[in-house]
Amino acid sequence: MEKINLEYFGEKFNQLQTIDPDNFLSTVRKEGFYNFNKKGLPTYKNEEWKYTSVSDLFKKEYHLTEDEANTTISKSQIDEIRIPGSENANELVFANGKFAPELSTIRSSKEQLIILTLEEAANGIYKDLVNEHLGKSALFINDAIHALNTSFIYGGVFIYAVKGQIIENPVYLYHISDATENHILSQPRSLVFADKSSKLQLVETFKTIGSMDSFTNEVLEVVVNDNAILEYYKVQNDGINASHVGTTHIRQIGRSYAHTVVVTLDGGIIRNNTNIIMEVAGNEAHMYGLYLLKGNSHVDNHTLVDNRMPNCFSNELYKGVMDGRSTGVFSGKIFVRPDAQKTNAYQTNNNILLSDNASVNTKPQLEIFADDVKCSHGCTVGRLDDEALFYLRARGISKEHAQAMLLKAFAENIIQQIKIEPLKEYAEQLIVERLHAES
Amino acid sequence: MLSIKNIHASVEGKEILKGINLDVQPGEVHAIMGPNGSGKSTLASVLAGREEYEVTEGSVDFLGKDILELSPEDRAREGLFLAFQYPVEIPGVSTTNFIKTALNEKRKYHGLPPLDAVSFMKLMKEKMNLVEIDKSLLTRSINEGFSGGEKKKNEIFQMAMLEPKLTILDETDSGLDIDALRIVASGVNKLRDENRAIIVITHYQRLLDYLQPDFVHVLLNGKIVKSGTKELALELEEKGYDFIKDQFSLTPAL
Repeated sequence: MEKINLEYFGEKFNQLQTIDPDNFLSTVRKEGFYNFNKKGLPTYKNEEWKYTSVSDLFKKEYHLTEDEANTTISKSQIDEIRIPGSENANELVFANGKFAPELSTIRSSKEQLIILTLEEAANGIYKDLVNEHLGKSALFINDAIHALNTSFIYGGVFIYAVKGQIIENPVYLYHISDATENHILSQPRSLVFADKSSKLQLVETFKTIGSMDSFTNEVLEVVVNDNAILEYYKVQNDGINASHVGTTHIRQIGRSYAHTVVVTLDGGIIRNNTNIIMEVAGNEAHMYGLYLLKGNSHVDNHTLVDNRMPNCFSNELYKGVMDGRSTGVFSGKIFVRPDAQKTNAYQTNNNILLSDNASVNTKPQLEIFADDVKCSHGCTVGRLDDEALFYLRARGISKEHAQAMLLKAFAENIIQQIKIEPLKEYAEQLIVERLHAES
Repeated sequence: MLSIKNIHASVEGKEILKGINLDVQPGEVHAIMGPNGSGKSTLASVLAGREEYEVTEGSVDFLGKDILELSPEDRAREGLFLAFQYPVEIPGVSTTNFIKTALNEKRKYHGLPPLDAVSFMKLMKEKMNLVEIDKSLLTRSINEGFSGGEKKKNEIFQMAMLEPKLTILDETDSGLDIDALRIVASGVNKLRDENRAIIVITHYQRLLDYLQPDFVHVLLNGKIVKSGTKELALELEEKGYDFIKDQFSLTPAL
C-alpha cells in the first residue's frame, strides 16, 4: 500500500469533494475512498488476484485528470480512431476517463436514447435510477482498485435506453488517454439502464496517445430490465504501454437477454471482470471472449455468472492464443444459489500456446447450492494441431500462413458472435493482420 | 522424374525403411503393395516431408532437386502431391479458401500472379465436373463431417486443382465402397497424362483394376523385395503376401 502515492490521491479526492459535498455522488465517492484506504491493493494472496499482479502498476506516478476535463484531444483524433463503417453510431468520447460531450455525437433521438453526465442524471429526473443502481457492483468486486474508481466518480456518463425502443445505432464508448506528457490514470465510470423491451448495443474501445503509460481503471454498470436485449462488446487493441482494469457489471433485474463479447489483442497488464447477475427467473446470457497475446502482455479475464432465481440460462466460451512471453488467465465463476433451481450454466475455455515461454492459467469455479441444475465446465490448453498444419503445408501453403489460417479458424466462432457488422469486420481485420504479422 | 536411392528412414529411433530404391518416369503409374507395417505409408510420409520421420541415409531426386532438403510446402510447390490416407478435418477453414490459397502460393513460387476470382471459379467448376464432387462440399470447412468417400474425393479434387507432376495416393482406396472407388479411380485416370506420374500405395488389387499400373512393387519389412508388372498384383491377390514372405524367409513373427 505504501507504494501508492496516497497523498496525491487524497489531495485530489478532497479537491473533488468540495465541489458539491451534499450530492449523492459525493456520498458514493466518500464510501469508495474509505474502502480504497481500508482494503489496500490486492496481492497474490487474494484468490481473485492470484495470477495478476497490479502492484507494479501503482508504482508509477500517475497524473489524475483535473475535474474540468482539460484535454488536448481533438475531433480529428476521434476521426482517426473511429471504427470504419460506424459513422452512424452514437459516439461517446471519454478523454482521460471523463465523458467529453463536446467531442461526442449522439445520433439517436431523445425519444429513444438519453445520454447525460452522471452529475446531470443524479440531479435530474433520473435521480432515482442513479440512487438505486449506481455502485451495486462494489458488492461483487470488493477490492481497492474498484474502490479507487468509485472514489473519483466525476464526469461519468449515464446512458438510458427508453422503454420499448429498439436502438438501431449502437452506442460506442471511445476511451482515449492522452499520455503524451504524463503517465495517465483514466477512470471512466458509466451507468447504463436498458429499460423494459428496449434493445441496446454497447461497444467499447481504448486508445492511448503518447509514449508514457496509461492505466484505465474502468467501471461500467449495466442494468437490464424486463424483456430487454443488451449486447456488449469490448475490443482492446491498445499499445503495450496501456494497462487496464475494467469491470463490466450487468444486472438482469427483469427477465432479459444479455450477450457479451470481449476481444483482447494487445496491451500491457489487462484485467477484465465481466459479471452477469441474474436477479430474476428466466434470464439468459451469452458470454464470449477472445484473447490473442504476444510479447509480454498479460490478460486476465474474470467472469461471474450469479444465478439467484430459477430457470436461468448462461453459456460462456472464452478462447485464447498465447505467443511470446505472454500470459493468459481465465477464471470463470458460476454461482447457483439455493433458489436457482433449473439453472442451465455452461462454460468452456480453450487455449493454444504457441511458444514455450507463454503460459495460461485457467480456473473454472462452480459453486452450486441448488440440487436440480445442469452445469458444466471444461477447459483445454494445447498446441496447434500438427496434423492439420502438415496437411495445409503438404498442399503448398507456407508454415506461417498455415498457422495463421488455423488460428483464424480457432478464433472464428468468437468473431461470429459480434453482431454489429462493421465492428465484426474491424475485429476480423485486426485479428487477420495480427496473425499474419506474427508469422 | 523421381529417383529414390537407398532411402533409410526411422521414426522415434526405430528404422522403418531399410534401403528403398525406386525410379519413376513421367507418364508412369507405379503401385506399391505390401502387408501392414511394411513401410508403405512411411515412404509416402518421407516423400511428402512429414517431420517426425528422420531420413538417416539415401537421397531422393525429384525433377533435378534433392527434395529431402525442401520444406513440405516447397515440395508441394515443386509438383509433389500426397493424397492422404486419413485426410484431416479442419473446422473453420473453408475448402475453397484453402485451395485458392494453396494454388496461389504455388503460383507465386513459380513467379506467376495470383489467379483472379473469375478464373479461379472457372477452374473450380471444370475440376468439380472432372472428379464428380458436389459443390456443397467445397463451401464447407475442410473435410469437416465428410464421409470417408467424400474425403477421398476431396483429395482427388485438390489433386486436380493443383495439377501435380507426381501424385502419391496413400491407400486412397481404403474405406471406400465400390461406387466411391470407381469415381475416385476414374477421377485419377482423367488426370493421367504423359507428363505426370502416380505412385499408388495400396493393400488391394481392386484400385489397380481401374488404374492399370505399369509397375508393381512389393514392399516388405522396409525394402522393395519384388518388382514386376500388373500381373504381380494379381498373383498377390490370389496367393496373399505369405508366398513372398516365404520366398524371402520373412514371417511377421520376425
